[in-house]
Amino acid sequence: MPAQKDRWFSSLVFLLFCACSMPRSGSASLQQEPSPQHYFSGLEAGTASLAFFTPSVSPGAQPFLEQIESSAEALQDYGVSVVKVNCPKEDVSRYCGKENALRKAFLFRGSRLIREFPTDALFDVNSVVANVLFALLFNEVKYVETLADLENIENVLKGKSNMVFAYVPATGTAEHRAVMEAAFVYGTIHQFVLTTEAALLKATSHGDPDVSSAWLLFCHCQRATDAAQPCRRTALAQPLTLLNIHRHLKLMGAPLVTEVAEDPEKVSTVHLQLGLPLVFILSQKETYEADRRTAEFVAWQLLGKAGVALLSRDLVDLNVLHRSNIALKTPEEGMPIQYLVLEDTDEVITLVEDKNKVKRIQEDEQEEEEDEDEKENNNQDIQDDQVVEAVSRDKKRELPLEQILVLTEENFHSSLSGAARTVVLFYASWEAVSLAVLRSYSEVAALLRGSPGVLLSRVNCWDWTGLCSQENVTQFPTMRIYRQGQHPVTYGGMWGTEELSSFILLSQVSCPLKLATMDEAEGYLRGEFPPELSSHHHTSLLGVFSSATSEAREAFEEAGNILSGHVRMGMYFEDDALALSRKYSVSPPALLLARSGGRSVEGIALSKHSVQDMVQMIRYELLDIFPEITVPNLPQYLQLGKPFLILFSAGEISQMESKEMLKLAKGRAQQAFVACWLNLKKTPVGHGILRTYFSTTPSLPLLLWVNLHAGGQVFKFPSEQPITEMNVLPWLEKLQAGLEIPSSTLSEEDWKPPLPAYDFLQMMEPAVPEPSPRPGDAPAQHPPQSPGGDTAGGDAAAREGPSQQSTAEEAGSPGRGLRGTAPRLAARDKQGKRHSEL
Amino acid sequence: LGLVLYAGSLCMVSGATFLYYDYCVIGAGPAGLQAAYFLHQANRDYIVFERSHAPGSFFALYPRHRKLISINKRYTGKSNSEFNLRHDWNSLLSHDRRLLFRHYSRDFFPNADTMVRYLEDFASLLKLRVQYNTAIIHVTLEKNEQAWNGHYFLLTDQDRKNYKCSSLLVAAGTWVPNVVNFPGSEYVEGYETVSINPEDFTGQTVLILGRGNSAFETAENILGVTNFIHMVSRSRVRLSWATHYVGDLRAINNGLLDTYQLKSLDGLLEGDLEDLAIVKDKKGKLHITLRFYLENRNISAGIDSITLPQDELDNFATRAPYDRVIRCLGWKFDFSIYNRSLKMMPGKGNIKKYPQIKPSYESRGTRGLFVLGTASHSVDFRKSAGGFIHGFRYTTRAVHRLLENRHHDVPWPSTVYPITQLTNSIIKRVNEASGLYQMFSVLADIILLRENATAFEYLEEYPIGILAELEMQTGRKARNGLFVIIMEYGRNFSGADKDVFYYNRAVGEAQHAWQSNFLHPVIYYYKRLPTECEMRLHHPDWPLPRPDAIHHIVEDFLTDWTAPNAHVLPLRRFLENCLCTDLRNFFAESCFLFVFTHQKLPPSCQQGYVRMQGLVGSQELRHQAVQAGLLQDYTHTDFSDDRPPNSHDGSQEQLVRDHGIPVRLQHLVNAKDE
Repeated sequence: MPAQKDRWFSSLVFLLFCACSMPRSGSASLQQEPSPQHYFSGLEAGTASLAFFTPSVSPGAQPFLEQIESSAEALQDYGVSVVKVNCPKEDVSRYCGKENALRKAFLFRGSRLIREFPTDALFDVNSVVANVLFALLFNEVKYVETLADLENIENVLKGKSNMVFAYVPATGTAEHRAVMEAAFVYGTIHQFVLTTEAALLKATSHGDPDVSSAWLLFCHCQRATDAAQPCRRTALAQPLTLLNIHRHLKLMGAPLVTEVAEDPEKVSTVHLQLGLPLVFILSQKETYEADRRTAEFVAWQLLGKAGVALLSRDLVDLNVLHRSNIALKTPEEGMPIQYLVLEDTDEVITLVEDKNKVKRIQEDEQEEEEDEDEKENNNQDIQDDQVVEAVSRDKKRELPLEQILVLTEENFHSSLSGAARTVVLFYASWEAVSLAVLRSYSEVAALLRGSPGVLLSRVNCWDWTGLCSQENVTQFPTMRIYRQGQHPVTYGGMWGTEELSSFILLSQVSCPLKLATMDEAEGYLRGEFPPELSSHHHTSLLGVFSSATSEAREAFEEAGNILSGHVRMGMYFEDDALALSRKYSVSPPALLLARSGGRSVEGIALSKHSVQDMVQMIRYELLDIFPEITVPNLPQYLQLGKPFLILFSAGEISQMESKEMLKLAKGRAQQAFVACWLNLKKTPVGHGILRTYFSTTPSLPLLLWVNLHAGGQVFKFPSEQPITEMNVLPWLEKLQAGLEIPSSTLSEEDWKPPLPAYDFLQMMEPAVPEPSPRPGDAPAQHPPQSPGGDTAGGDAAAREGPSQQSTAEEAGSPGRGLRGTAPRLAARDKQGKRHSEL
Repeated sequence: LGLVLYAGSLCMVSGATFLYYDYCVIGAGPAGLQAAYFLHQANRDYIVFERSHAPGSFFALYPRHRKLISINKRYTGKSNSEFNLRHDWNSLLSHDRRLLFRHYSRDFFPNADTMVRYLEDFASLLKLRVQYNTAIIHVTLEKNEQAWNGHYFLLTDQDRKNYKCSSLLVAAGTWVPNVVNFPGSEYVEGYETVSINPEDFTGQTVLILGRGNSAFETAENILGVTNFIHMVSRSRVRLSWATHYVGDLRAINNGLLDTYQLKSLDGLLEGDLEDLAIVKDKKGKLHITLRFYLENRNISAGIDSITLPQDELDNFATRAPYDRVIRCLGWKFDFSIYNRSLKMMPGKGNIKKYPQIKPSYESRGTRGLFVLGTASHSVDFRKSAGGFIHGFRYTTRAVHRLLENRHHDVPWPSTVYPITQLTNSIIKRVNEASGLYQMFSVLADIILLRENATAFEYLEEYPIGILAELEMQTGRKARNGLFVIIMEYGRNFSGADKDVFYYNRAVGEAQHAWQSNFLHPVIYYYKRLPTECEMRLHHPDWPLPRPDAIHHIVEDFLTDWTAPNAHVLPLRRFLENCLCTDLRNFFAESCFLFVFTHQKLPPSCQQGYVRMQGLVGSQELRHQAVQAGLLQDYTHTDFSDDRPPNSHDGSQEQLVRDHGIPVRLQHLVNAKDE
């Protein structure tokens, strides 16, 4: 935006300069003339000047003089010089002699007096400029007092040129000046008409206008064909400033409808340049005439608010919905063009007007943001990392770490060998993420307090760096479970209290757990066996193998090692394994999956025997069909790489919704998307998501389709329809066919550095210049860069020194001729008296 | 056919008389043993030759007055073993924790005998293969196309036994005393033999030639019993606390300076020793004159005819006669044992005591010959610590890594991390790494970015002098840009004339970090590896060619660069702007929101949350983040609130206000010692 402002502001300035055909005098300040004679003799024909006469001994009238002096620069842009003439004491001529004349300013064109202004009309710069230009542009700006005068002018202009009609509450105001300045530029193109009559304003505008504020209408008389009708008028909606008037006139001067035959992305019109949107009416050969009329109609409605272009789809290959009939291009760079299907022209107008409203709000915000940006630029040293900041704010709080054993280089190995199982958290005491995890770890310690067989310990790698590198810990934090005689297991899950404790608990039993009897196996599926895990409610997984299927069993065991701590896995390969699996209507090798405490057990035949496949399969089987999505479990579903059909709910979802959604999830489309729901009470950050999509939180429950992985479009299921499989399926089909318009799109923004860094290179360069390398001047070897004074000299010698010198050095001399330096001991004594001080 | 014959005959000759090793190391001093340790660990075929019967023979004699000037700081208040090595200048690198010098001596400046004992233990406990009583007296080359470097090294010892090696590591140190020849230099006693018993100097007037630590150490020893001591040398005295170079005069030895400036009889003089002449009078007193006068004199005349400076200039500084003149002029590398074909040339100018080597520590004349230890100090003479144990233990490791890559296809060790660990990995290293700290501006950590900057590879302690050859020397690829992490002193801070205690010498604000004076981390960013030519032509004030971006972490009084706002935050911003990404950490909840509102995710969510490793965060923490305005709280959502959600617009004001209190304790940021 600011760039655009600049652009059209500079074009305005350019225009102003073009219009100034009059020669500019070198200095913008007030000219001094010693005497009236001198002044009048210097006047050139056609050059305007504003003169005021003062006696040499200056009396009062000082404020007036100041205003005139300060307007000199402004007037100079319009070729008007401002001259102060000193009246000699004895002068009694027309301008100097009369006391009266000394209280006036005189406007000359050449030597002809055009107007004299009483000093009270020139109260400030605005009034000086406005009045002077008003006088100079007597022909270009008509002053009217009655409606009849106005209509007369209008009628004369019809079919010839356009009219700019301005109402100002009083002359000499800033608005008056703006109108006059605009007239100076556009006076030859449009007829300017000015009034100060409130009655005239009332007659020309609808409703009850505010007579205390200025008003400007652009009357399209050039196009007017009907003599009986007044010209169409477009009011300037913004305050009367030169910039706004210029912008308005530019917009009015632009063609009503632009015909386009190229990619809309590449189209640029005066509207876009001036920061207004451009509406494309997508047309086809068959409907061209009608579309053209529509476009013109819309264009009249949107005049001054947006540009309208007619885009012929036959000429441009557009990759958009065939149904789309409108496209909207906004001036913001990088914003994609929106393609829409709209029913009538009102919708187009509302769309643009809403856009503008939003934009204005955004602009305000942007300005705020810009202010903030500036502030932030000076605040590079303010922490913007939420984790680091949170940890440093929390650092004074003492952590309850008494339960956690501190391990050192000295006691690490002895402690590990003393316990069957040791949990070790490797962390660095200066690192924020480590410290954040240490907090959760201390909560784990409190949670697991008293659990037998769990020993929690920690190693600060800042103190014991050797130990950590020995244990091959390269990242902080790292949590490992060391078991005697086994490889340690490294934790690879979420760093939350719950997840950590669950891992530690699950790691207590071997994975997979070998079950010896049928009873154990049944108890295991019910979640009652082993007793250590009875408090732990997770899906249980039981591998059932007949002893013959050792290949699958080995793979299962290997998979168990990988999933250790994350999945509750058991296996059963006794003789009656067949009986067990039959109970769940599968035959070994098979997996039995007991969800939620064994209330439902699912049997899955094991067909793949590679470890990787098995791990993959187990992970997949553990996913819910219609899960409640939460912060910790989202990544598991994200890995499926599918779009999300997600039901936002203010709390628990109703039975009905749950049933319908489950139907959807299980349906034939199951492979294509993740059906899930989000409880805003449990996952309040969901509010943040909704606000990003809709600016406000819409009514709930709300069903959304989010294309997380491709395109990032968000579609909203119509809230008036009940969420049933019947309704949702056709909607899904429609949106997949591209027949729906997304409500939002995920930001494509890259994650750039939040703030700039200190540019030390730039700061250093003036201080430590880096000369351009001089070829052929390379030292034979890396010069030793001692900071010492005389080595620096040595460096210089080495750099500049040709090879002759080095041979001299090789000869054993320190590089100085003896002859010249022989009396140095003596000479020193002569110069400085250092040694006599001994 | 001729070629085969030629090769065959060589084999025959060598087969008969040579003992073969892949690696031969000359010298079992600290550098030789350090090299042996790495070769041993890597299971390489190596041997160390030592002319003495025990390791560290230099330390058996030197320093004469037995006090080492390398610090042995036993307590740092930290248990980080890597960090503690920053203040342990005597230990060699090993996995054996018994071999830390603090277990050997309680002294801050330990006795040299302790060093000898330590080196003996190092060699024996680690079972390093050292062949004692073997002085290599000749080294020559044997061309062979099959050899690693196109030739073998043939070594001959004092018993004419021959050895053949593919690679030669010279860790022989600089042990040949520097002598100056001038008329009367026969009256001069050498540091290596001069008496160390102060009583031998009672009532004597002594002139010491030289101005290094050995000269001052000698003076210190006899300061109390002599009439007066004068010291003369060409250059001005260079105090290590001003130059930040450990090889310059250390405060522990500078007792003479103290008395010199406090109206004593002792003093310093500047003059070229080459101009000097010493004349002995009949009473055995030594008079200083100038070679200039001697050259003009009538040869036939006796001592009395020699012009003394005071004859012309009656206040000549050294007009008083001396009883003894002692030479303490340091040592140089023994060039004599190398055959001409090895082209072992002395360096130029003030590094002529060292052999010429490349920044890779390989000899300029012979491929496959590497110089280790003190003799390799030409790379960073008067700058860093490469001539001292605490420096060359790291450069030796670097050379070993180069050799492993060159001869055994073992690439430079590296760790691959996801990009979210970028800030962490740098902060970790600059806070604890000892190699970067000791070998500041010589060894650098290198971060090689992977494609799309989603991951990076971390290489430790690579010599920056061979940055351009990185791909060839390490076997790693640097296609997608790199960061170079080094430590630097302020550009105009160190030097012989500099006032290092000036007021306001410390920089406290991160935005002025580039003006930091004390040792601080500097990170260079290159979009591509600098070329050989750029490396050669870069400005001498810069340790590296012009980077695409640079970052200084502001100096810190405690060398603890973990402050979240002053150190980590500006670093993160620098890295973010180099990589054009957002490296902030986010709680799982924020990532959840981003998943549903953005098509792309910040790296922290992408590599953490989405891979099911999100940072859930405790209730308190999330509350703090909400308080800070960096996390939106939706629990008490007001439905009428139409503000578009923005995770960090909420109470930015609040945040600004909270931070606005300038608790800047600059006056507490003070001077610190090395």
